[in-house]
Formats: sequence, C-alpha cells, structure tokens
Amino acid sequence: MTAILEMREIGKSFPGVRALDRVDLTIEKGEIHAICGENGAGKSTLMKVLSGVYPHGTYEGEIVYEGRPMAFRSIRDSEAEGIIIIHQELALVPLLSIAENLFLGNEVAKNGVINWPLAFRRTEELLAKVGLNEAPGTPVEKLGVGKQQLVEIAKALAKHVKLLILDEPTAALQENDSQKLLDLMLELKAEGVTSIIISHKLNEIRRVADRVTVIRDGSTVSTLTKEEVTEERIIRDMVGRDMHNRYPAREPQIGEMLMEVKGWNVGHADQPRQMIKDAAFNVRRGEIVGIAGLMGSGRTELAMSLFGRSYGRFMSGEATIDGKVADLSSVTRAIDAGLAYVTEDRKVLGLILDEPITRNVTLANLAGVASGWVLGKGKEHAVAEDYRKALRIRTPGVHQRVVNLSGGNQQKVVLSKWLFTNPQVLILDEPTRGIDVGAKFEIYAIMNELAAQGRGIVMISSEMPELLGMCDRIFVMNEGRIVGELSREEASQERIMGLIIRDNGQQQDNGEKAA
Amino acid sequence: MTGAKETLRTQLGGNIRDNGMMLALLAIVFFFFVVVRAVQGVDFLSAQNITNLFLQNSYVIIMALGMLLVIVSGHIDLSVGSVAAFTGAIAATLMVNQHWPFWAVVPTVLVAGGLIGAAQGYWIAFWRIPSFIVTLAGMLVFRGLTLWLLAGQNIGPFPREFQALSTGFIPDIFGMDRPNMTAVAVVAVAILIIIWQNLKARNQDAAFGMDTGSSAVFWVKHALVAVALLFIGWKLASFRGLPNVLIVMSVLIVAYAFFTNQTTTGRRIYAVGGNEKAAKLSGIKTDRLVFLTFVNMGVLAALAGMIVTARLNSATPKAGVGFELDVIAAVFIGGASMSGGSGKVVGVVVGALIMGVMNNGMSIMGIGIDYQQVIKGLVLLAAVIFDVYNKNKQG
Repeated sequence: MTAILEMREIGKSFPGVRALDRVDLTIEKGEIHAICGENGAGKSTLMKVLSGVYPHGTYEGEIVYEGRPMAFRSIRDSEAEGIIIIHQELALVPLLSIAENLFLGNEVAKNGVINWPLAFRRTEELLAKVGLNEAPGTPVEKLGVGKQQLVEIAKALAKHVKLLILDEPTAALQENDSQKLLDLMLELKAEGVTSIIISHKLNEIRRVADRVTVIRDGSTVSTLTKEEVTEERIIRDMVGRDMHNRYPAREPQIGEMLMEVKGWNVGHADQPRQMIKDAAFNVRRGEIVGIAGLMGSGRTELAMSLFGRSYGRFMSGEATIDGKVADLSSVTRAIDAGLAYVTEDRKVLGLILDEPITRNVTLANLAGVASGWVLGKGKEHAVAEDYRKALRIRTPGVHQRVVNLSGGNQQKVVLSKWLFTNPQVLILDEPTRGIDVGAKFEIYAIMNELAAQGRGIVMISSEMPELLGMCDRIFVMNEGRIVGELSREEASQERIMGLIIRDNGQQQDNGEKAA
Repeated sequence: MTGAKETLRTQLGGNIRDNGMMLALLAIVFFFFVVVRAVQGVDFLSAQNITNLFLQNSYVIIMALGMLLVIVSGHIDLSVGSVAAFTGAIAATLMVNQHWPFWAVVPTVLVAGGLIGAAQGYWIAFWRIPSFIVTLAGMLVFRGLTLWLLAGQNIGPFPREFQALSTGFIPDIFGMDRPNMTAVAVVAVAILIIIWQNLKARNQDAAFGMDTGSSAVFWVKHALVAVALLFIGWKLASFRGLPNVLIVMSVLIVAYAFFTNQTTTGRRIYAVGGNEKAAKLSGIKTDRLVFLTFVNMGVLAALAGMIVTARLNSATPKAGVGFELDVIAAVFIGGASMSGGSGKVVGVVVGALIMGVMNNGMSIMGIGIDYQQVIKGLVLLAAVIFDVYNKNKQG
C-alpha cells in the first residue's frame, strides 16, 4: 500500500483561536478513512485546508498528494487534482435539473454551446453508477435528501474523483438511505476511489472504514486500524477521558399522570391525506418518555400539532394536563397550559441567531421580564445569567450573539427559553442532534434534573441507543400511528424495529386485501 | 478580560456603527459649515437655515420611523410617497371643497392612512404576498387615485391652522419673542430628562449586575449631546422659536425609541424579522404584528402627507414623488439590515439627517440636481458597505 495523501504537521490559526495544531494524517490509496472528533475539534478546518478553501500560505505544514507537494490556492486547484469534497450542506441548485447540476461549471460544451444529448447520456451513465433511478431532466428540488446526496456523488464522479471527502454524509439521512450511501462508498472503493468520511456515527464508521483517525482540540490523537476500533476506544480518544456511562445515572421517581393525549387525528395542511391517525400517549410526573420511529413516521408532526396546532390541519383529539382538558389551540395557549416544544432544527425553528442570548432566552415569556408593556432590561439580564449558570452555557457573556455559540451551547439556550416559560411537559425533538459526545451528556443530565423536579419529558429521537439509555417508557410510531408501547425492561432495538416492520407488513396486507 | 481598558474598547467597538454614523453627520455638517462660508460667504448654521433643515426633513424622519418597523419586520413599503400624496389630497379636498374644519380633517386623514396601510398589510401579512409586490402596486394605485381626486389640478390654499402644522412656531410664553425663551427652556428641560432617564436606566442595569461601561464615556457622550441640543435650541430661539413640526417629530422620535427598545411589542417585531418561524413557535402572533406595522406606516405616511401639503399650501398631483426612496435610504443609512431583525431609531434619525443636511448643503452651494443624486447614491452605498465590512470583521 502506498499513501495517496499525507498531511504533515498542519497548523492553522484564526484571530484568537488556534484551530489546528500539528495534525498528521496519512491516507492510503484505495482505503476508506474515517475522521472522528467532537464538534470544534478541527475536522472541517482540516478538510478546508486540504481542499484549498484556506489557500496555501494561510496554514503551516505540508500536503503531499500522490507523491508531490501541493499548494492549492482554491477549490478549483484541488478539484483539478481529483480531490472532491461534499459538504454537509449540499451545494446543489434546487431549481436546475440533475444533468445541469452534474456538469455545473464543468459543462459538456463546445465553444460555450452545451451538447445536451451528450450531457444527458453521460448523466444517465453516472446515475446508473451511483444507483439512482431518476430521469436526468428531473429538477433536484423534487428529490429527497438521500437522492440529492447521490447526485452530489455523481457530480464528484463526473469530475473524475480520486479522493472523495464526505462531511457527515448521513447526518440528514434516513436509515435505509444511509445504508445505500455506505454501500455505494464500498462499491467506489472496489473501483479504486479513496474516500475520507467525517462522521459522528460510530456504527457506520465500523461498517465501512478501514482506518480511523481521531482528532481532538486541533491535534491528531490516534489512528486506529479496523481491528483496533471499538466504540469505547474512539469515544475515549475523542473526549480525552473514559466515558463508561454515556447516560448519567438517575433514580426515576414517577408520580401521577401528567399529560394524556387521546384519539389525536391531524390532516396534512393542504392535502386530503391524514398524517396522524388516532395517536394516544401519556407521560407521568418525573417520567422521561421516548417516541421512537423512522424518519417520516410522524413524530415531529405529532409534537408540532400538539403544540398550538403548529403543524397541519387539526381534525380531532383530546389532550389533558393534570386531569383537565388542555386548550392547545394556539402556541400561546399551549404555553399557558404548561407545554413546551423544543424544535428539531434549532437554527431554523428555535433561535434568532443574530440576537444575543438574553433576547433568545426571554422570547417565549417576555411578560416574565416586563411590567405591563415595558421591558425590564436588568431583569432580563439577570434571568439569562441565571440560566447561563444553571445550564452551564459556555460563553464570554450573555450578550453574546447565539450564532457564535457551539451546537451544544445553542441547544442549552433553546432549553433555557422553554424553561423560562415554566412548563410542566417538555417535548424535546431530537435534543442532541449534531451535538458532540460531551455536550450530549450535559443535555441528558439537564433532562434528568427536569424530570426529578416533577416535570414530564417527552423525547423524540432517531438514535435508538439514546432512547434506550434515557427513557422510562418508549412509544413506537409508524406511518402516523402509535404502534406499540414498551417499558424500560421490555425495550430493545430489536423490539422497536420489530414493531415497525410488523406494522409495515400489516399495512401491506391490508393494502393488498383492499386492492 | 483585563479591566477597564478592555471594557472601554469593547464598548466603543460594539458601538462603532452608532458612533460612526453620528461622527459622519458631525463631519458632514462641519464640512458644509466651512465650505459654504468660504464659497458663498453664508453661515450654514444660521438660525434660519437650521430651522429650514427641520422644516424640510421632518416628513422624511416621521415616515422613516414607520419604515424602520416595516424593514425590521422583514418587509418593505414602496407606497409611502403615493400614500402621502393621496392623503394630502384627501385633506385638501375635505378642507377646500367640503369646507370641513381643521380639527375634523386631521384625525379623519390619519384614519384614512391607517386604512390604506391595513389594505396593503392584509395581503402581506395574512396572504403572504411579498410586500415588494403589494406596495409596488400600492405605489401605482395611490398615485393614480391622487391624480383622480385632484383631477390634475392643485388644490389650495388652506386655513391658517392647517398651515401651522408645518410652518407654525411655538409662541414665547415669556413674552420675549427674540430670543424665544420658551424654546431654550423646552430644550433645557428635554436635556435634563434625557440625562435623568439614562442615568436611571444605567443604575438599574448596574443593580442587576450588568456591565454598564465606564462612567466617563457616559458623561462625555451626554455632555456632547447636551451641547449640540443647546446650540440648536439657542439658534432656533434667536430666529422664530421652535417649529410645531419639530415638536411633533421629537415626540414621535422619543415614542418610537421607547417602543422599539423598551416594550414587549417592539421586541416582538424584531423577533419576527430575526426569525419568523422561531418567533411563531415561541407564541408570537407574527401575522398580526406585520399587519400592524403596515397600519402604523399608513398613519405616519398620512401625517407626513398633511405636513408636506401644509408646507406647500396646496395639494399637487406630483407631491411625494420619490419620497419612498429618501425614506428607505434613511433607514438603511441608519444601519437597519436588509433581511430584517435589526435597526435603531437613533440610527434612522441620524440617517435621515445625513441625507437632509446633504440636500440642504448642496443646494446652498448651488450644486446641480444631477450631481446631488450621484453623491446621495454613493453615500447610501458607502454607508451600507461600511456596515457589511464591520459585520464581517466582527465575525
């Protein structure tokens, strides 16, 4: 084996921050190499150095690619050498077709005139290679995220990729799409393409990676071979300490029934389709209840329709809180009834990124810092300061804009906002998505603390280990229905998946009978 | 953090924008003062010219206050010039043709402005039609209605009381007339109130453990403001006293500064512009707030329309042409963000004054309207570039 890429003693500084400090990375020809590290460890910075986003001269160290030292001045330079990076936020133009996207900036053209028949033919070849069965003229916005990812890879193949870099490619994908993508990586490997995959998901790293490099605080900690890789080892290297317990210990003290939802039916906002069908679940005081299910199973839709009818068209159903029927017909009323909903996407739905922590914390309960119509700025500051201390939000000060905070700290700001409304029931939708291991632990601890105060927590998550580790009971959702309820003792990944698969089978049977 | 030096720097750094625009205004005033004296031999800061500055620009500032809210909420209103013309025409028709008394006309026209704002805001807020389109349509519709109502003629002149809306002055209750001691007294009281209020707020903040910055900076800043206001007050007093319109404008500026800074509703408008979805999921009635900002804009456009009509002493079909551009420019020079969610009343007032002082100064110097437009355009561009540059640097 020979190395296709060697990055030696890479260092990179930003004003006030040493982002990379002597990173060494060796990639062998034809391997799949995983890079792990906490958020902010320097993975993305390293890839930006490699791909020329940070031009030669703005970093220290050297890059040797295919035996030659490289000095990329822009992405164009690195792409010319066959190094192609696919970012987490996909770089496709939604309104253009697949074919147009594939050859964007690289058109199949002569003297500026595009040869469409040839472009379409090549597109079909490339799509066949990545296993995507779509017409080349389909606009990209019509495709799901999983298929868009495949288009990105096809685009890389169109540029004759030699070293493919995937930055958290499965973060936004459903389970089966992730599997397909990982299979594709293995196929490309068989054809001689070398890949680097940045990922938080340890199970997929184990599945595809030949070697793993762990980065912590801007330095290489270790490079492990397939045989050496264990979850414990990777986590230890990432965090810098042993994490035997990924979930903080807790003695559940479960009290009386807090919230009960019965016969909840919700239709799609502008289609006749019914999205939530006869859903029922409940949560007791001091209890953490999970809602499991695949993406698209209707978990977020259920939560948002409960929270002030923020999703879809309300059809029927009843929710009681503390035995009394709760009026959840608007967000304000839901808040008054004691409900809080921490959204799945904190940047788009949860925070005002350009505003400081103070203003974000008080947003859902401005009355709490105002006398009448007039805001008390001092009180607001004091409230934000209290939550900063209580939730250990790491920031130079509460007047910092939240856009400057890390994912975990942003999530704590969202939690603060909802805690300030003093909710009895908190619905947390993917509360640890995109947050690194250490911060996850802190969020779990906060959840436990809230349950210990006698509140009820409903946790929606796609990560089954997290649900199994945290929840006292788990409801399983599929196709808009609750298809099962498992106690902590009963619950296991197999049983959850079993409930989903059995339900899908029944649906199919019913469908066939009906037909 | 290493003590006072650090806090002083962060405090100044954080306010580069505000202080920068204020300094730019001072620099522009100083520039014209020197150049006009040298070239024309005229005193740019004469009592008469200062009075003129306020009379000429009050309507822009008044409309810019409403436009600030519209832009902060993430929208734009292109119709204000036409609405001002139309409401002015309504006022003229009611007074001259229908012989309505002055006291009935003013509230009626303000309500008409509110209804116009509501008619446009309805589509924008509840039907989600882009405000650019709705108010572009409004710009044409209300210009057309103005022409129709006036039948292409000018309507005027108006009763004295109505003219006083724009060209009247507060008489001197002390009976001295020149210098007008009422003017000096009002300005002095205003300065004391400003200092008292800010000092109170500062002490409250400190009581809650907020970093209030160095007290030297506080006093220097307030001393400068006090000197500037006293100078203006003295100059006005030595001419004809405080113009009515200056009082109206000042009251509105204070009210809107308070509203945007200190009230829950004001805060919510910023939240809507900052992230509408997050605001909605935090229990804020975003549609209704957007609707109300347009109603408010309509009322202020009507007020400005009456002031302009009173000043010209006739309603004309061409009144208010291009106002929307001056108003929008003032808001952006004042530091509001194109995408909504940020902008301050103080900034808007300074932005409007920069434009106003330049108009006035260049006219006195006899610079042609052709060059004036070019220069104003470049100033707008420079202000926004300065903004973006600062933002990038802060990261």
